Amino acid sequence: MKAKTGDWVQIRSTVLEAGERAPQVPPDTQAVPLEMRLKGFAVTGASPGEEIVIKTLAGRVARGTLVDVNPGYPHGFGKPVPELLSVGPELRRILCGEEGSK
Amino acid sequence: MSKDLSYKAVMARKNEIMIKSVGIDYSEFEQGPLAFDYEEMMKKAGYPLEQVAAIQAETGVGNTPLLELRNITELARKISPAGYGARIFTKDEASNPSGSFKARRAALSVYQAQKLGYKGVICASSGNYGAAVASQAAMRNLNCIVVQEAFDSRGFGQPEIIEKGRACEAYGAEVVQLTVGPEIFYVALSLLEETGYFNASLYTPFGISGIETLGSEIAVQCRDRSGRDPDMVVVTHAGGGNVTGTARGLRKAGCACTEVVGASVDLSGLHMASDKDFNRKSFTTGHTGFGVPFATWPDRADVPRNAARPLRYLDRYVTVTQGEVFYVTEALAQMEGLERGPAGNTSLAAAIALAQELPSDHVIVVQETEYTGAGKHPMPQLTFARENGVIVRRGDPRDNKPGVEIVIPEHPTQIRAREFPLENLRRSYIKNALQTCGKASLDAREVEFLIEETSAPRAFVQQVLRDNGVTFPV
Repeated sequence: MKAKTGDWVQIRSTVLEAGERAPQVPPDTQAVPLEMRLKGFAVTGASPGEEIVIKTLAGRVARGTLVDVNPGYPHGFGKPVPELLSVGPELRRILCGEEGSK
Repeated sequence: MSKDLSYKAVMARKNEIMIKSVGIDYSEFEQGPLAFDYEEMMKKAGYPLEQVAAIQAETGVGNTPLLELRNITELARKISPAGYGARIFTKDEASNPSGSFKARRAALSVYQAQKLGYKGVICASSGNYGAAVASQAAMRNLNCIVVQEAFDSRGFGQPEIIEKGRACEAYGAEVVQLTVGPEIFYVALSLLEETGYFNASLYTPFGISGIETLGSEIAVQCRDRSGRDPDMVVVTHAGGGNVTGTARGLRKAGCACTEVVGASVDLSGLHMASDKDFNRKSFTTGHTGFGVPFATWPDRADVPRNAARPLRYLDRYVTVTQGEVFYVTEALAQMEGLERGPAGNTSLAAAIALAQELPSDHVIVVQETEYTGAGKHPMPQLTFARENGVIVRRGDPRDNKPGVEIVIPEHPTQIRAREFPLENLRRSYIKNALQTCGKASLDAREVEFLIEETSAPRAFVQQVLRDNGVTFPV
């Protein structure tokens, strides 16, 4: 989706290239770049993958590659966990003395 | 004139950036290459308890309820020897404005920033502290930037961290999200330099003094409810601030005999800076990955002298497993009607085991809860664990393997508080202190400092010094 000026967008940029990471990081982290994602209001227009300038909520101006327009939040409540569903009733049975407790 | 913004150049300017962004000249408290005057630092750069309470009251922080967990106490008694099973209370810190005890720390940091005339605040936190700073900054009309370690190199983020990022944005903060790595501090330093904002570090004297009200409120409320001082307070331990501030508050309120027990989730074997291990853990804080290194070397923090010094205050340190914490999170919701976030229930898991060691007229206080919601809940966290190849099953948590298996207990008798010997932490602390100062011979004041820092017997400290080939006056 193309971003136009004023859209709420997410950008990405590379902070440190692979191999240029802090000396103390383990090999698997050393092998990948340190990347940054940032959101803000588009100051210029762009298509995904193109460079874009944004203004952040703190009022900073930043530049990076356009990732998403009006980015959502992927997290939620997930699925019920079968291993936990029976915990409440089990504990209640112990509390009510219906099950050997020791 | 443009500054060199490379990793090396910014890290080399660390001290200069810190002084400008925290407003404390730490050199004032230094006493040579090893020791410093901790109490003087807390007195001069922190705030007295009454003033902390007044500052927190301005933004509705603190004075959270102390709730008695009657059904969980009864459950613990069912599995305790006759006459045992202490009363269990919990301090419902989820009632703070941003949903966790971190609001207490943030309240002081943001107050300080406003008082000193900064236009904004910056903190590096993937957890509750970021949301707390963002919330307090909104109340005091300051700009806020939160820097998060949020994703692995595939762009996958733990649901709990993504939720914290959402909360920060909800409070109007800019959220800078990074892939895994300790260079988060390089990014935070760069932003401090770029913006001239205040560094709302977790480890300043005012941040830590912000937690002291938690300890003093526990003392007052516990006396009111039970007619006695808490016999034991269980504190979820990560960076050390929670233990330090709570214990200092308890002492200031006159609790001389209360045992302070730190509890962390056991994540041994997982590397905290590993891109691959990042999403194989289901807890982002309250775990041994922070708890052990910060106890054995507090000054690894982002300020020259960390005000959180847990070894000074810990009477005991125990670990619990991820599966046990998810289990008690379910128990808290189902038996007490309190749906709270898992990480905050680390100390509750330990308390259920520890209560069985204490007589039934004793009182044990679980010192925090935290908010729950999308992402920060057993369902999304365990769903995410499964998606990342971690096995989730019922069984004996003895078989727990961090990053491989999460074992949910089959019975409350399987909840255990595993002893982590404080001697080991104390020995490592002394070793780290010696390594950092590079001295082969200590003077009397430096030996006293190590005794205070580790709260260990003199003979123990002397033996560790001898073991490390270090001489000292006798």
